[in-house]
Amino acid sequence: MKVRFWGTRGSIPVSLTAPDIRAKVLKALEGAQGVDLASAAARAAYVDSLGFDVAGTFGGHSSCVQLDVGHQEHFILDLGTGVRPLGQHMVARFGPAVPQTYHVFMSHLHWDHIMGLPFFTPVYIPGNRIVVHSCHPHVEFALRRQQAEPSFPVRFDQFSARIEFDVMQPGVPAMIAGTQVTAHAQRHAGDSYGWRFEQGGKSVVYSTDSEHRLEDEQERAGFIRFFDRADLVIFDAMYSLADAISVKADWGHSSNIVAVELCQAARVRRLAMFHHEPAYSDTQIARVLQETRRFEEITRDGPALKVLSAWDGLELAL
Amino acid sequence: MELSSRQLGPVRILAVQGRLDHAQAKAFEAALAPHLAECRTGGSPLVLDLSGVGYISSVGLRALLLAAKQVKAQQGQIVVAALTPIVTEVFQVSHFNLVLQIFPDVAAAVAHLTPA
Repeated sequence: MKVRFWGTRGSIPVSLTAPDIRAKVLKALEGAQGVDLASAAARAAYVDSLGFDVAGTFGGHSSCVQLDVGHQEHFILDLGTGVRPLGQHMVARFGPAVPQTYHVFMSHLHWDHIMGLPFFTPVYIPGNRIVVHSCHPHVEFALRRQQAEPSFPVRFDQFSARIEFDVMQPGVPAMIAGTQVTAHAQRHAGDSYGWRFEQGGKSVVYSTDSEHRLEDEQERAGFIRFFDRADLVIFDAMYSLADAISVKADWGHSSNIVAVELCQAARVRRLAMFHHEPAYSDTQIARVLQETRRFEEITRDGPALKVLSAWDGLELAL
Repeated sequence: MELSSRQLGPVRILAVQGRLDHAQAKAFEAALAPHLAECRTGGSPLVLDLSGVGYISSVGLRALLLAAKQVKAQQGQIVVAALTPIVTEVFQVSHFNLVLQIFPDVAAAVAHLTPA
């Protein structure tokens, strides 16, 4: 399986500003003093030596992840704004004349997870088939309402692709495009659902917009089973633990600390922190990553858990 | 997990021994409860001596947060002291160093809580 992140930001899309770019350029120039940058190769090597928060960015699209399960049909997790570049990529790759099937798995129906749909080019291409899998019975209503006036000028009925809805039940596995797919109920306003995908001996869990009640042993045990020995868990690590259980309790999100604890308990191989706080700069996200890796190190009681912070454009092969 | 209590002037020192993890958090909360109930206006301020705590998990931190909230509502005072290096790091990563008042050792905490 392969995973590509198209949108990793939580709650609302964000963008780097001119002062942000300027600060990165200045930092890079400061570090370049005394470095031989005469050749193109030397300049490239220098840029590659900079931290990701200086030479790159974690990105600003809201939630959207692509899962390649080795099947001709495509898997998309959530319809945040990241689905716009994903759609462009797919049209460029396959062309508009070759119909494609997309399976979309919805964590929930809050705006940051559906707002990319009107800009997902494949919905405007006749012959395409889009199957929206969700545990929310009103998923069709939510997506139709988003297209209705006065919110958007193109009605849902004007989509040229065939759109189907598959309302699933949490805890009931389904075989979709050769992959076993299981949903898991999560704590979030209006409910959210995590998704576990298993195929070819590999497993990926997508668990975003999920708050964890630390005192609820039953809930914790359920997540440990859901994450069990996954090759990758994509986890809502939006807040610090202190914020998540105090001033931001009941906001429906979790922390890097709980991410590591649950993944360690479930013997997960790799953790991708996801749904980054929109107020965080690249520097802050990089610092959280560094601290989380250290936390994993000092709390490790078995095989190492590889920790990363997802970024728009990141590709992982499992 | 063990919790022992001693009085040092006006301040009550609660020394915690063991891990404050998912297995021990409930016992810790139960042992702490009577001391929290008495920590109010005019009562003894509390110092949690964590020098004997080798590890604290999210649920242990939650217990500390709940304790601080309860005491604050009762107009009492509670601080933590003598964190081990690992627990210090956990406090920093979780941002609990921004939530709870921390002292390097019990003496510093007692000095802070003892009226001049």
